[in-house]
Amino acid sequence: MTGVGLEHYLVVSAVLFCLGLLGVVIRRNLIVMYMSLELMLNAATLALVAFSHFQPPTPNGSPFDGQIMVFFIITVAAAEVAVGLALIVALYRKRQTIDVADLTSMKL
Amino acid sequence: MEILFYIFSTLTLLCGALVVFNPFSRNPVTSAMFLVLTIICMSGLFVLLKAFFLAAVQILVYAGAVIVLFLFVIMLLNIKEEERQRFRKFGTFLGAAAVAGLAWILVTTVMNSRAGERSVANNAGETKPLGELLFTNYVLPFEIVSLLLLVAMVGCILLSKTPETEEETE
Repeated sequence: MTGVGLEHYLVVSAVLFCLGLLGVVIRRNLIVMYMSLELMLNAATLALVAFSHFQPPTPNGSPFDGQIMVFFIITVAAAEVAVGLALIVALYRKRQTIDVADLTSMKL
Repeated sequence: MEILFYIFSTLTLLCGALVVFNPFSRNPVTSAMFLVLTIICMSGLFVLLKAFFLAAVQILVYAGAVIVLFLFVIMLLNIKEEERQRFRKFGTFLGAAAVAGLAWILVTTVMNSRAGERSVANNAGETKPLGELLFTNYVLPFEIVSLLLLVAMVGCILLSKTPETEEETE
């Protein structure tokens, strides 16, 4: 194969997604787990931008569709981070810990 | 162009791994800083993909706002050096094995699909048609996202109200 194609970007995106998933699975710190979630979201955006760039011209579909979706993902991720971090702060006020091993009971 | 792709993708994956494993310190601030580096390298990849607007938005929103929020919360909670917990060998091994399996499936799927054969690199990436599309075809999702942001804002304010202020308002 000549040059950098769609597969290269998709492989980078897949590996980055798996790194994020690994972080969520093996880390016990809530904030670091949350950063790993951001990594996974970023891997998805990278795949969408790559699809958008390598999309062949079609009659009913603009090459920007993938980029528009990434735009929405970034917006939703910002909202999600705000709410999630507010939840973490509220949880920390109640329990004085952000280690998920200590947060096993549902009762506050 | 190709060497740039390899540089940026290697840096992205390296910094992403450092976010997760973080051998330098147990402080979450270092993880946040490596997340900034990951975001910046990834916006370099976006530039290579001709998505200039998204590269700018990525740096502004992620590196500028989201990470600052993370750092703000880390410092607000005043988390000291996370004590080194006993290493849960079994759970870590199982998790790593499951994730490695998923990675294997994803990479082989990408390789076998040969998606690149039919693909054509188009040079679309200017901001103006993106904005036009956003305000014509995608105007309904755009408005719904604004509602989502409003809900998130109200939720944050509600969640971060302290019990003392609740008593004051009552």
